[in-house]
Amino acid sequence: MTTRPSKWLAFVPAALLPFLTGCGGSQSVLNPQGLQAERLAQLFWLFTGVCGAVWILVLIAMMIAIFRKPRKGYRPVDPLVVDAQGERRTAIVVGSLVTLTALMLIAFTFLSYVATRGLAAPNEALNIEITGYQWWWNVKYDNPNPSQVFDTANEIHVPVDRPVSIDLKAADVIHSFWVPNLTGKQDLIPGQDNIVSFTARHVGRYRGQCAEFCGWQHAHMAFLVIVESAGDFEAWRNGQLRVARAAAGEESKDREILHGKDIFNTRGCALCHTIRGTNAGGRMGPDLTHLASRSTLAAGTLPNTQHDLIAWIADPQAIKPGNKMPKVPLDGSELDALGAYLRMLE
Amino acid sequence: MRAHAPLAIIIGVTLILTACKREQRDFEPDKVDAAKLGPVPLVSLEPGGDRPPKDLEAGKDYEQNAYHLNQGKALFSAMNCNGCHSNGGGGMGPALTDDVWIYGSDFVNIAASIRDGRPNGMPSFGRVLPPETLFDLAAYVRALGGFVPTNAAPSRNDSLQAAPGENRTQENPEFVPNPAAGNPPAP
Repeated sequence: MTTRPSKWLAFVPAALLPFLTGCGGSQSVLNPQGLQAERLAQLFWLFTGVCGAVWILVLIAMMIAIFRKPRKGYRPVDPLVVDAQGERRTAIVVGSLVTLTALMLIAFTFLSYVATRGLAAPNEALNIEITGYQWWWNVKYDNPNPSQVFDTANEIHVPVDRPVSIDLKAADVIHSFWVPNLTGKQDLIPGQDNIVSFTARHVGRYRGQCAEFCGWQHAHMAFLVIVESAGDFEAWRNGQLRVARAAAGEESKDREILHGKDIFNTRGCALCHTIRGTNAGGRMGPDLTHLASRSTLAAGTLPNTQHDLIAWIADPQAIKPGNKMPKVPLDGSELDALGAYLRMLE
Repeated sequence: MRAHAPLAIIIGVTLILTACKREQRDFEPDKVDAAKLGPVPLVSLEPGGDRPPKDLEAGKDYEQNAYHLNQGKALFSAMNCNGCHSNGGGGMGPALTDDVWIYGSDFVNIAASIRDGRPNGMPSFGRVLPPETLFDLAAYVRALGGFVPTNAAPSRNDSLQAAPGENRTQENPEFVPNPAAGNPPAP
């Protein structure tokens, strides 16, 4: 009995089509929103097109070879008979094809060199220094003027249509910086500085992710790139440059907030975290000066709400086991006060 | 005899698997609250009666554990122990790499020194550091003294080596030495 492929097989490609809807969105190579990502997507589609065409041609040639009937009166050529003219013809065809291939490769190499140079960030680029930690991102906005330098974490704001040059460092192990919508991957290597640059074309929020396995919580090491207009970016930058809100200081009348601040400074939080404008100046964890203005907690692990913030402080090791934030023994009212204080840091 | 060969291979390979879980990382030692622990004896002399309980021994496993030792090492510089003990070599505070231990060299003694502080400058960290952090640090200090197994102890800092690592880039590539201003030329 001969088996024939079921006609249902024809529906397999159709059934796979809905998966393509997963290709859009805020973390996708196929939805380029930056200059570099556009080039990568073009390359992807060019490769897919060329490889697809070659694949189809090969299949057609194979089908012809399989199903063609021999011509009438066809006799196989004796391989021992010398056909000088035919051999010369073959040599010329193969030789010119090889030469053409070599010339095209040289031309493409040159063009790719020119294109890569064109993609490098010019001098007026925005300079950001990103340091990868297990498992979060420190984002430092560089400036020749030291009073204009500030740190934030896990959220990168950039102006639209302005080249951004990012200096990548790692504090512990190798990480990799990847925002598929904006540019390709680049590793963060301890003891070495790598540079990645991109120019965002459209305002929006794009998700990035560590793309090099870096330990237990590698999957919880995400970040956001927020592309905004030049005006919005300046406003955000000026906000970040300010020290913590005056209410965070002794001027606050709210007893709970003062209590929260006291806990932060005396129960160990301040040993690792900085809140500019207060006594807290630790450098081991993320800068919390404007914590409430960020949209996620613990590098994209939780949304930044009061509830999640308190849950996070109450037991970080249950939410993200192995991360460097210890569980500090605090009771319910202390947690509430600490939450109230931190939620005020906009 | 020949028939036992596959069995022997299977047993051998299975034995290799036992190496996969070398150590257990303890992220939440709920068993202790460092602030509530009792006093720790400084000497082994027992003037009548029983010695006080060694509550801090809860973290003693940490000194067998490479993960906790390297966390302790990171904390040692992050919490500025280096400020006085200078990578264990001592300075304003006593050296930690020699065999002189003013308040005892046991894990509990070191943990108690960090928790409660000691006269002449050693601050108390008991209220600001949670127990596991305290234990990480105490375990690393034991490593500095050479008390922990060498297969778990962290290695020395690159900065303490005589020459920089061959595969490292220069510390500050932006810095361009200016011979005219009297700076030494780049090595």
